[in-house]
Amino acid sequence: MWERTSSAPPAAEAPSEDRWPQRRHGLSRWARGPRADGPLRRRRENGLAGGVAAGVAARTGLDVTLVRAVFVVTAVFSGFGAAAYVLAWLLIPAAGQGTSIGAKAFTDRRGLTLTAGVCSLIIVLLLIASAVGAPWLSTVSWPLVITAGALVLIWRNAPAEEQAVLQRLADPLLGIAAGSSRRRIVIRVVIAALLLVVGLSILLSGRHDFAAVRQLGGLGLVVAAILVVLGPWWLRIARDLVVERQARVRAEERADIAARVHDSVLQTLALIQRRASDPQQVVQLARAQERELRSWLFDGQPPGSLDGVTLAAGIRLIQQEVEAQHGVPVEAITVGDCDLDEDLSALLAAAREATVNASKWSGAAVVSLFAEAEPTEVAVYVRDRGKGFDPAAVPSDRKGLTESIHARMARRGGTAVIRSTPGEGTEVTLRMPRTERQPSRA
Amino acid sequence: MSPSPAGRPRVIIVDDHGLFRSGVRSELGSQVDVIGEADDVAPAIELIARSEPDVVLLDVHLPGGGGQLVITAIRAAHPEVRFLALSASDAPEDVIAVIRAGARGYVTKTISGPDLVDAISRVAAGDSVFSPMLAGFVLDAFASSAGPDRPALDPELDQLTPREREVLRLIARGYTYKEIARELYISSKTVETHVSSVLRKLQLSTRHQLTRWATERRLA
Repeated sequence: MWERTSSAPPAAEAPSEDRWPQRRHGLSRWARGPRADGPLRRRRENGLAGGVAAGVAARTGLDVTLVRAVFVVTAVFSGFGAAAYVLAWLLIPAAGQGTSIGAKAFTDRRGLTLTAGVCSLIIVLLLIASAVGAPWLSTVSWPLVITAGALVLIWRNAPAEEQAVLQRLADPLLGIAAGSSRRRIVIRVVIAALLLVVGLSILLSGRHDFAAVRQLGGLGLVVAAILVVLGPWWLRIARDLVVERQARVRAEERADIAARVHDSVLQTLALIQRRASDPQQVVQLARAQERELRSWLFDGQPPGSLDGVTLAAGIRLIQQEVEAQHGVPVEAITVGDCDLDEDLSALLAAAREATVNASKWSGAAVVSLFAEAEPTEVAVYVRDRGKGFDPAAVPSDRKGLTESIHARMARRGGTAVIRSTPGEGTEVTLRMPRTERQPSRA
Repeated sequence: MSPSPAGRPRVIIVDDHGLFRSGVRSELGSQVDVIGEADDVAPAIELIARSEPDVVLLDVHLPGGGGQLVITAIRAAHPEVRFLALSASDAPEDVIAVIRAGARGYVTKTISGPDLVDAISRVAAGDSVFSPMLAGFVLDAFASSAGPDRPALDPELDQLTPREREVLRLIARGYTYKEIARELYISSKTVETHVSSVLRKLQLSTRHQLTRWATERRLA
């Protein structure tokens, strides 16, 4: 994660350091990288958060660690570093992009409203804090407001991958607030105890100081006044946020349902249209689809999953899918049957890949898919009479063949043999030894 | 047998779909001699008895009953007429019923024109034609009935030899007879012999396991 723009000085520079060590002093000691020309841009690929430090480092030729240290130190002591960093994140475009996040944020009216709400809330909290006598907070007050506001705008308007970065940075904090693991509860209890001790000591130390009580009373009235004025507005912002979030969840759910329906119901309907001349097949398809839909709606089992499916049903599923998606008839035959476990699911996944390959690339008019469950092993053969290929000539980075078929089988203790002759076709033989966990079906 | 003058097999197509009959007729082209068509059991029996074709392309499902009715009605009087079952139906019990009635082979309607011509001439020559589907059914039927709790009544008829299994397995994997011969280092004729022997076992085996197997498959 911690990447430098240039991890080591170029080799050619090394002797010069030895010869003129006295020349390297001051800032030049940190000038490790080449200086980039052109405007200042954020370098997300080298960055930890928004890539601001990396961008500054690249622009000035300073070491990125130094730039980061400056930001952190100024952030801790005055809050200025944090505000400057977040503003830069908001206003400086990322490398390779024309506009900054800020440009987009100005058109986001709800985002601006939300920012105003958050900022005003923080200002009120800061007022309370200064009234009860925590003056050290006031030094970070304005940077804090700016940081929070800018973060809200970034969070709402940044591209997805930058939002993911924010999410990652925020996760530990949110985790402490919302998590329920033992460690997080301990952290929460410790923080609460600290606050309690500080609060009680303040209260106890000022027990007889009526001026303080008067002050607190006045503060309470001011806060109440502010709440009366701004409270409904804050509530509305919060409610809008909830509504927006719900809408997003609903949209995601709809997309998920659409994808599942497409993979199951729509595909079956397409198959039924193509098999319209064969009533028996149509009935079969409709029945299978009905069963699948029911198990999805009432048992929560997602369509297309192989859970609770037998070997023969899995082979039929592959046949239907490949026929529907690639338009090449698959002659699927199963001898014997057994329940599926993880090994056999992997076997089916490999068989599916081989069948898809055959229908996509072989050019054959029909693909034969034959599965046989024997007492000691399950074998699947995928054969086409297409153009064939030379297995030795396939580049090793072709994922379909190597990863999906060979590796998948090998991981589970099975084997895959691919026999192909150019001009005559291809046969993929997959074998998986059987374990006791796969009871046979009559 | 009375082959047509050109040596082409004389064929009758029995199917209740007129469109399908004319489709098959045009697919077969001039390579076989289509001498007639019938669309149901009774007209088919009458037509076959009258014209004595070499091969009848027989649909497994007909309005007046299963295709096996045609075979049983014809076989006694005209044993030289050969039947090739042709069906879109993949239900094993139907296929097994037609084969047990005496059909010399079974192919699905998805078969290509040249393959169908090839199948017809093989059946006309007295050989049998197993589609991959049929080979799978037969393997399944003989495998599931050969458990230790169901001893074979007649080992000669009720079990497949390892070689027959191997041949059936290769057919199910989509191999042609010629490819099987090359794969097993035997002649094409020997492959034919194995397949015919399987067909004989299928037809003559008196065990009720076959029926039982078919029923189980239907329930599954």
